[in-house]
Amino acid sequence: MEWEIVIGLEVHVQLSTESKLFSGASTRFGAAPNTQACAVDLAMPGTLPVPNEQAFRYAIMFGLAMNAEISKRSVFERKNYFYPDLPKGYQTTQLEQPIVGAGEVEIHLEDGGSKKVRLHHAHLEEDAGKSLHEDFHGMSGIDLNRAGTPLIEIVSEPDMRSAAEAVAYLRKIHSIVTYLGISDGDMSQGSLRCDANVSVRLKGEEKLGTRTELKNINSFRFVERAIKVEAERQIDILEDGGSIEQETRLYDADKNETRSMRSKEVANDYRYFPCPDLLPVVLTEEYIEQLRKELPELPDTKAERFQSEFNLSAYDADQLTQDRDSAEYFETVCKSCGEPKLAANWITGELAALLNRKEISIAESPVSATQLAGLITRIKDNTISSKIAKQVFEAICEGEGSADDIIEKRGLKQVSDTGAIEKMVDEVIAASDAQVDNYRRADESKRPKMMGYFVGQIMKASKGQANPQMINKILKEKLDALL
Amino acid sequence: MAVDTQTVEKLAELARIAISNATIEEVSSRLGDILQLVDQLQAINTDGVIPMAHPLDEVQTLRADAVTETDQRNSFLSLAPQSDEGLYLVPKVID
Repeated sequence: MEWEIVIGLEVHVQLSTESKLFSGASTRFGAAPNTQACAVDLAMPGTLPVPNEQAFRYAIMFGLAMNAEISKRSVFERKNYFYPDLPKGYQTTQLEQPIVGAGEVEIHLEDGGSKKVRLHHAHLEEDAGKSLHEDFHGMSGIDLNRAGTPLIEIVSEPDMRSAAEAVAYLRKIHSIVTYLGISDGDMSQGSLRCDANVSVRLKGEEKLGTRTELKNINSFRFVERAIKVEAERQIDILEDGGSIEQETRLYDADKNETRSMRSKEVANDYRYFPCPDLLPVVLTEEYIEQLRKELPELPDTKAERFQSEFNLSAYDADQLTQDRDSAEYFETVCKSCGEPKLAANWITGELAALLNRKEISIAESPVSATQLAGLITRIKDNTISSKIAKQVFEAICEGEGSADDIIEKRGLKQVSDTGAIEKMVDEVIAASDAQVDNYRRADESKRPKMMGYFVGQIMKASKGQANPQMINKILKEKLDALL
Repeated sequence: MAVDTQTVEKLAELARIAISNATIEEVSSRLGDILQLVDQLQAINTDGVIPMAHPLDEVQTLRADAVTETDQRNSFLSLAPQSDEGLYLVPKVID
């Protein structure tokens, strides 16, 4: 039997406003507990919420970037449930009339393909506080600093068909919100969180299978693993003749399994109703159009421009535009050295490997864009070979200064002096009687390959500093003269 | 529409309201009366009427994104039955 996995994602994105969605308390991350929870956030009697305009602007910018309908009239509702990190006893959110309606976004897959994923809607809501379950005299500790922080919840249609597609979609959302500057998108700090609705069905079947909702998947890697392991679980049950129960499941990254979160309590019934404390928010067409005009260049447009302006491959352009910092880094390097292809290779190659190894972002790179451009300039003008360039790159990482400083200090300048290279070639030929003999006797078509040995020896003699093009030319002349 | 006592018990649990066995019959019957009034409203044809989100025919004012609140943690914590290390303490809750 061939099974098809069907996935829809609900992504929560914390908006990087200064103050909360309904109060003037700060949203700064990492403050001492409860120092940023004011009377409104704590639901003190007599307080009234006033919505933050910036949160609306950010939500609208997101909607415009997703080619979505923007609601000129949106309404806040109360979602009622009891939990200690929710002091009001309800979450103020949107249901019937969310700020962002249906839209769609194109995702890029690793095999080079792409597909469209539809957005069901996105709405504004407030975040809850945090419960700390360490031992506080057998009680739970509550920190309400996060309570009231603005979120957009982004709900996709069930359009994804593999864990890889779900990751590609999540990366796209991450890329869009960080390009727009509406969120830092940091999954490790909970700025971007993801729940996945997963079901399976036989290939060709139109009806959707019963889905489960996976919670608590807080990294791109876990999204992929959680979906895979949950789909396998469902397929095993169905192949054994069982049926799937619609429920919420928690992904356990340590055990790489999902487990039921079902509690003995009555199933949640949120009893939504329009919030009487808040009036409908009405925005004009001009307001929305003004925001559309102010949108920055988005990843897809940037990737197209990189292909046409810098002649990059679709793959390189996609790699370099996944986040705004990488794209800016690339453009700075390019502007300064005028070598887009070399710049792309170095950024997606050596630099990416370095950042990966150090587990840091490109914004924290120990090699600045100007330093990398300086290095590339010296490769381009043949001052150093690509091999030596790697050595210089390492030295820049270690803080030894600019490429020029390092080349000078370590005497790495490529030898392009004809006399010096001729001398090295002569020495190697003189010391390689057997190889020279072989070369002379070999068929002409095999000779270019046989030159490799000599080139290697000469490079070694020059400590990698001899100009390879010149070696090739001089060596060939000298060997052919012996024929 | 009549409301059975089971529905009342479920609603009471969702709303975290204690209703004693002695009063549950009375509560059910009073809720039933309210719902009868709702039934009359439901009978009205509302085709083409936009649902009203708020009784006032006004639109919401938005505020500028600025931090205007200062830290008053100690005053708020002093109202709580129990606190420790700046946290409000509540009976242990785990999903």
